[in-house]
Amino acid sequence: MTALRHHLGVAGVIAAKDLRAELRGRQAVTSTLFLAAVTMLIFGFALGPDQERLAAAGPGLLWLAVILSGMAALGRLHHLETEDGAFELLGLYPISRTGIYLGKALGGLAAMLALGVLVLPLTVILFAVDLATAGPALALVIVLGAVGFAAVGTLYAGLTVRLRAREVLLPLLLLPVVAPLLLASVSATAVLLAGDPFAELMGWLQLLMGYDLAMLLAGGLTYGLALEE
Amino acid sequence: MAVRVLGMGAIVAVAAATLFSLFVVPADLNQGEPQRIMYIHVATAWLAYLSFGVTALASVWWLIRRDFRADAIALAGAEVGVLFTASTIWAGMMWGRPVWGTFWDWGDPRLTTTAVMLAMYVGYLLIRRLTDEPARRATRAAVLGVIGAINIPIVHFSVIWWRGLHQGPTFGSPENVLNPPAPGQFVAALLLMLGAFSLAWLWLVINRYRLARLESATEDAVRRGQLAGLAPAGESSP
Repeated sequence: MTALRHHLGVAGVIAAKDLRAELRGRQAVTSTLFLAAVTMLIFGFALGPDQERLAAAGPGLLWLAVILSGMAALGRLHHLETEDGAFELLGLYPISRTGIYLGKALGGLAAMLALGVLVLPLTVILFAVDLATAGPALALVIVLGAVGFAAVGTLYAGLTVRLRAREVLLPLLLLPVVAPLLLASVSATAVLLAGDPFAELMGWLQLLMGYDLAMLLAGGLTYGLALEE
Repeated sequence: MAVRVLGMGAIVAVAAATLFSLFVVPADLNQGEPQRIMYIHVATAWLAYLSFGVTALASVWWLIRRDFRADAIALAGAEVGVLFTASTIWAGMMWGRPVWGTFWDWGDPRLTTTAVMLAMYVGYLLIRRLTDEPARRATRAAVLGVIGAINIPIVHFSVIWWRGLHQGPTFGSPENVLNPPAPGQFVAALLLMLGAFSLAWLWLVINRYRLARLESATEDAVRRGQLAGLAPAGESSP
């Protein structure tokens, strides 16, 4: 019990630090919000102007924009730690590694959710997708997708942050691993928009939950190893 | 010496299996000659999965024991695995074009999973190449090796479900369309090819392991300044 409290305590402090830094103008995540918006615009140019085609591609484009800009956000959150050797110092503290991981992942989750909140209305406006038909269950899909992406993305950002080629390597490593997450969240979103005629939603949600759990577990166990080396 | 004999045996076995599957076994009546590709395709696919299993186990071994032999095994598994995965996809496409009528079928969970797997382990090899310090390289790679293995069944499962949603063209699975239906010779050719390729696989993995050990010995020597002249270009010698 005290161990759990220690993990969560550390996680809270780390996440609060990232949030404070962001609010004080470190601009790690804020700039990626604009990246997401521009990505949506570019998708329109690539696939438009046929409204029907854009609406059909809507769920996929929504998640691609979240994932592409989210990758940049998670990378930035870690890159800031390398300034003045902050990451090395973090590794020297006698605190829970799992806690550090959870804290960074929590910060990443906040960034992912912010991206989701921005991209959702953009999907409605730009691609004429009627998200109202999806109902409140869409929020659950977004949260589950964001948790999984933050979980595995934080781990991979930690692994690649000290590499010179991190801008290339993070997407290269992360995109194949999030393939099932992308598949499940896009499918769940599409199913919700269609009114879930074949009761498939539950299966996708379960897949997302299983993915989230597996990646959180893997991250909690291995993130510290990358920190200590 | 034993490894050299293994290598010779592998060459002979692959040649024999090739001749057998090309000239002795009759072509499948439905799929025709392209069906013969399947013997190679199935063998390389099976060994590709085995390779990444080896990498995953060796990665766990490294993370627990910090034994550089484990790291060398993990590298050997991944590199040979990438080779076999690429061959699997190549052979699958060459078979798919005449039999399915398309190089790529997004609804086929095996094909899609194998493609994602290839991408994951190419990344694994790249992160190894970009990390100079041996222990750090081994740890980063080991984390990827473990996650990759966890992810493979998830990808496979998710594509099976996905296919349910997007009903693609329906193909009979190759196991069901073999004709004549009592395929003793087909099975013999498949097993022969699998055995031959397994020998070749083992030979490749052992030699890659040895090479990795030699590389890491050289790296150590360079680090200690004994072989300063061998320092790779771009890195300052100590």
